[in-house]
Amino acid sequence: MQKLAELDAKSLRSDVPAFRPGDTVNVHVKVIEGNRSRVQQFKGVVIRRQGDGVRETFTVRKISFGVGVERTFPVHSPIFEKLEVITRGDVRRAKLYYLRDLRGKKAKIKEKVDWNK
Amino acid sequence: MDKQIKGVLGEKLGMTQVWDAENRVVPVTVVKAGPCVVTQVRSIEKDGYAAVQLAFGEIDPRKVNRPEKGHFEKADVAPRRHLVELRTSDAAEYSAGQEVTAEVFEAGQRIDVVGTSKGKGFAGVMKRHNFRGLGAGHGVQRKHRSPGSIGACATPGRVFKGVRMAGRMGNERVTVQNLTVHAIDAEKGLLLIKGAVPGPNGGLVLVKTAAKG
Repeated sequence: MQKLAELDAKSLRSDVPAFRPGDTVNVHVKVIEGNRSRVQQFKGVVIRRQGDGVRETFTVRKISFGVGVERTFPVHSPIFEKLEVITRGDVRRAKLYYLRDLRGKKAKIKEKVDWNK
Repeated sequence: MDKQIKGVLGEKLGMTQVWDAENRVVPVTVVKAGPCVVTQVRSIEKDGYAAVQLAFGEIDPRKVNRPEKGHFEKADVAPRRHLVELRTSDAAEYSAGQEVTAEVFEAGQRIDVVGTSKGKGFAGVMKRHNFRGLGAGHGVQRKHRSPGSIGACATPGRVFKGVRMAGRMGNERVTVQNLTVHAIDAEKGLLLIKGAVPGPNGGLVLVKTAAKG
């Protein structure tokens, strides 16, 4: 893959902040309707990050009108305008699939306390 | 045979993905195309057909044998590793020694790609011919991946020629038709071709204008 690293570098984004599973993020998605585009916000918990380089993707889960909705984005995709990290979560797993079986208060993720502050 | 075929030899570098104008993912194969040189031009008057002979790839000059050395000297170019002929009606427009690069193609154009597929060794019928095999249960004994019947009994009393069986698979010339050129990096001589291309990374591929399209 190193042969193509130079080519891939063009597709990579540098403005994506560091985030990991458990974090609550707000993804500003560009939506194109006909010939005008607007920004839609998709706010939820990151339940996984997988892949490497340009292929890396992450999945955000949110509860919309009582129904769980998951959306997967490539980390370096130009489809979202920006990504905000709202809270850092305190989790012990890399893949938070267990959240799918939990609802209400149990599905809440504890916020990470930064003791270095 | 009055088609104007453009082509270039190259090396498959590998696959990756890029974004298109609508922010969608496009899987692409990156081919380092050219630079090739024209070593000979075939004409109908002299050879009975019109074609361009292209040469590509570095080679140690000591490894080139006498007849080949003479052939390259005639075109006044340094010896190359690979030679290929491309039948095209506009062959007369080429001249020996001329360089052919990735720029003969443009983004969005339909192309065919010829390569040598990866060798799979001695493969069974399920892998080689997409047979379904036998059942996993129902009393099937140690025959789950076998072909089943290969013909009738006393009439004809033999197995017909061409019955698909296990054998060597891969390592053969394969053409993938109607691929799209996604983008071109003329500076580095890179062709970004949408989709997969036969052969291993580092393998030789011939990219040419689509035959049907």
